[in-house]
Amino acid sequence: MTHLVSNLTLKVWRQNGPADKGKFETHVIESITDEASFLEMLDVLNERLIGENKEAIVFDHDCREGICGTCSLMINGQAHGPQRGSTTCQLHMRSFKDDDTIVIEPWRANAFPIIKDLMVDRAAFDRIVESGGFITSPTGGAPDANLIPVPKPVADAAMDAAACIGCGACVAACPNSAANLFVGAKLTHLNLLPQGQAERYKRAEAMVDTMDEHFGSCTNHGECSAACPKEISLDVIALMNKDYRSAKFKNRKQLSRK
Amino acid sequence: MTMLQDRPTNTKLISKVPDGALVDKWDNFKANAKLVNPSNKRKFKVIVVGTGLAGASAAASLAELGYRVDAFTFHDSPRRAHSIAAQGGINAAKNYQGDGDSVSRLFTDTIKGGDFRSREGNVYRLAQVSVNIIDQMVAQGVPFARDYGGLLDNRSFGGAQVSRTFYARGQTGQQLLLGAYQQLSRQIGLGGVRLFNRCELVDIVVIDGRAAGIVTRDLLTGELASHAAHAVVLATGGYGNAYYLSTNAMNCNVTAAWRAHQRGAYFANPCYTQIHPTCIPQADATQSKLTLMSESLRNDGRVWVPKNFDENRAAHEIPEQDRDYFLERLYPAYGNLAPRDISSRAAKRLVDKGLGVGPLKNGVYLDFAEAIGRLGRPVVEERYGNLFEMYERIAGENPYDQPMRIYPATHYTMGGLWVDYELQTTIPGLYAAGEANFSDHGTNRLGASALMQGLADGYFVLPYTISNGLAPLLNKTVPGTDHPEFKRVETEAKVRFQGYLNVRGTRSPDYFHRELGKLIWDYCGMERDRNGLERALTEIPALYSEFKKDLRVTGTGEGINQTLEKAGRVDDFFQLGTLMCKDALTREESAGGHFRVEYQTEEGEAVRDDENFCHVAAWEWTGDENNATRHEEQLSFETVQLATRSYK
Ligand SMILES: Cc1cc2nc3c(=O)[nH]c(=O)nc-3n(C[C@H](O)[C@H](O)[C@H](O)COP(=O)(O)OP(=O)(O)OC[C@H]3O[C@@H](n4cnc5c(N)ncnc54)[C@H](O)[C@@H]3O)c2cc1C
Ligand code: FES
Repeated sequence: MTHLVSNLTLKVWRQNGPADKGKFETHVIESITDEASFLEMLDVLNERLIGENKEAIVFDHDCREGICGTCSLMINGQAHGPQRGSTTCQLHMRSFKDDDTIVIEPWRANAFPIIKDLMVDRAAFDRIVESGGFITSPTGGAPDANLIPVPKPVADAAMDAAACIGCGACVAACPNSAANLFVGAKLTHLNLLPQGQAERYKRAEAMVDTMDEHFGSCTNHGECSAACPKEISLDVIALMNKDYRSAKFKNRKQLSRK
Repeated sequence: MTMLQDRPTNTKLISKVPDGALVDKWDNFKANAKLVNPSNKRKFKVIVVGTGLAGASAAASLAELGYRVDAFTFHDSPRRAHSIAAQGGINAAKNYQGDGDSVSRLFTDTIKGGDFRSREGNVYRLAQVSVNIIDQMVAQGVPFARDYGGLLDNRSFGGAQVSRTFYARGQTGQQLLLGAYQQLSRQIGLGGVRLFNRCELVDIVVIDGRAAGIVTRDLLTGELASHAAHAVVLATGGYGNAYYLSTNAMNCNVTAAWRAHQRGAYFANPCYTQIHPTCIPQADATQSKLTLMSESLRNDGRVWVPKNFDENRAAHEIPEQDRDYFLERLYPAYGNLAPRDISSRAAKRLVDKGLGVGPLKNGVYLDFAEAIGRLGRPVVEERYGNLFEMYERIAGENPYDQPMRIYPATHYTMGGLWVDYELQTTIPGLYAAGEANFSDHGTNRLGASALMQGLADGYFVLPYTISNGLAPLLNKTVPGTDHPEFKRVETEAKVRFQGYLNVRGTRSPDYFHRELGKLIWDYCGMERDRNGLERALTEIPALYSEFKKDLRVTGTGEGINQTLEKAGRVDDFFQLGTLMCKDALTREESAGGHFRVEYQTEEGEAVRDDENFCHVAAWEWTGDENNATRHEEQLSFETVQLATRSYK
């Protein structure tokens, strides 16, 4: 049955644009049903703010079922809040108890500038994908789909990595704001598959180099994987490093041949 | 609120389905279509609005051909489009299972599933290109499920007796969209596509009867801007959020299609909306959206309700003889895989009778106990693990131990912008693809066919038909953004947005959206009748005038303002809602997702009226949302015999 959670104190980050210094604003939620999702709790607060003639709190969200990767909140210092393996939109108020104080902040990373309040700009992820996160296969030229069998364990491992939703929790959780889990996941997905072999090393090099332009470097804290709503394994970073090293080696060999 | 100018008049509904035998039509079209030579392609600019499956595949393919493409999305990244949420799978007539599938069987299933209200020519083409989609996506690295020999695996879906659905765990839409997004990203990196993200189309510009471009609003700055092109594609998704509560993502809206409608594009069959049988029932009043549990669950889950009205035992304590497996009882041939509309209504009737389950008695059970016994837990986990997890997170109950509770919810909209065989709307130069058009699903879409249609449109149809439309424009000048019409439409948009800020009433856009959604759900939802629809047609306008007087949008028009964005979208939903009810009222028959209580058999099955309603209803905007003009495109069935759908 439904229960109520009462007397929650929210400390919400408000920042009026990228140049603003920003500050915490305190709101009290007298009570809310524990069936409500975290974002529905913010909806209720926003309705109230509009009622008081104030501006609603800006935050990103869309699917509200943990798959689009749009929602992005730091809740009590944890990316996507206290529930492991899930996104902010999947967090429900049953995870909180009466009289809790909840601190709500945006992702904080140099590569993700704050747009307003809790909304950040994650376009750097798109730039990395544009640099090489694909298999070149123009429309129309593909062979029959069953021509190349893919061993099930390979397909499954590729799928595990491909589950990444691009939310950026890994970057937000990392003390260095590194994006290795995100990039490693995409590289593992494409580099494991037979279809991805032709561009394997070029892809690794391009994506890692673009990543380095935007993000900090990995010092193996593992916070990224712990925060990942899809629980992507740290193994993807190992595979990325291996392919990147091979790429550099191969390219050197090619250079020396010239 | 929009002025009526440059609306092409006397547009006729010519479907342009090519001559010839059904199986040859698409080949005939391609053989005769005009082409643009490779070096001339870059002289053409194409605008693609929407970067979901339909838009991303279209934009990438057109850029690969050499056209200059500008792609627009209101999302921060193309990867976030609503397509990402599709779970179950994508159909294709590959017949890899050797179980009797073929292009013509997929075609027949789709026509029949749509209750004989779609165009044979379009649907046959869809079935034909379905096989190319799977090839394309595999080449792109989509990690579809495979069997132990490494070949592609399939499952079956509602409304089909073969296994033709390809899937990637419960994340098929995600994997397909990421495939298309990556292909699009490659083109962005190469400079073939310019991406405008967080940028919303707010109007279409029509000059001399042809689509000349669009006006957009930058969601971060509030700035309005004009963009001119030789052709405009709308791949902006469906309008299920008219109901407020639906399985659609929160930001899905009808604005792009509605603006096109107001500028002269006919809107077809707006009342054809799909209610999906397997969603998690509403839990409380703060609920902002409903979550779908993929239809694929019906492959192994059994749907039932208790037989006794006063049942209060826990599900697993209720013995077999006290359970009613109603889909298996009513539709033995298809059982738990009966099509969506039929399954939804069956569940609604039992819940309305008082046999519902759960704290609010607003659901039916979807039970896996038998499947877990038969297949073992690991197999069930492999097939549905992430869906079970999702369910547990939302409902707080573990489906391995107790059955899921499900109830129908709005899911998909078959109606949309009227398009001809070339996917061109009644405005020349304006195309519509994916869920935004009305094309292939008649009154009811089969599971796993939306992903197929979106990718068919974007990858394999538009590249041919757009070339055909552009070729005659070679070396002709088209209006640029310096044309006064662009400025005029920009000013109109500016006035509209300022208008929302100026009302200074007391109610938020969400308040109005919720109230509107309730009206549309009650009167134009799973079942409709004349009385209700007539009431809706007075209650919606009344609420709409309250909206215009009592709306409150805080903040300003500069910089990001999500309340203001929402106000514009709700405004368009009001006008669409009116048209949905009008369309439902004037279609005096029951067919697929459009169920008029007046037209049913004694057993409660839909009764079509082929004599009077074997047509597409396409509505023309007249400047007053209460007085749209109804046009008809007659449908003829040459290959499949008109018959009463039966899944018994
Ligand atoms: C929960 C769920 C599960 C589903 N599962 C399946 C399934 O298993 N199989 C299946 O076949 N189908 C499924 N469907 C249906 C299917 O996912 C959709 O019909 C399909 O993905 C729609 O794709 P689209 O490209 O037409 O539109 P969308 O993916 O909705 O994309 C719309 C795009 O348009 C943009 N846009 C819209 N308006 C504007 C504007 N005014 N300005 C700028 N940009 C705009 C958006 O930003 C977005 O990029 C499911 C649907 C839901 C809701
Ligand atoms: S809103 Fe889509 S993942 Fe949270």
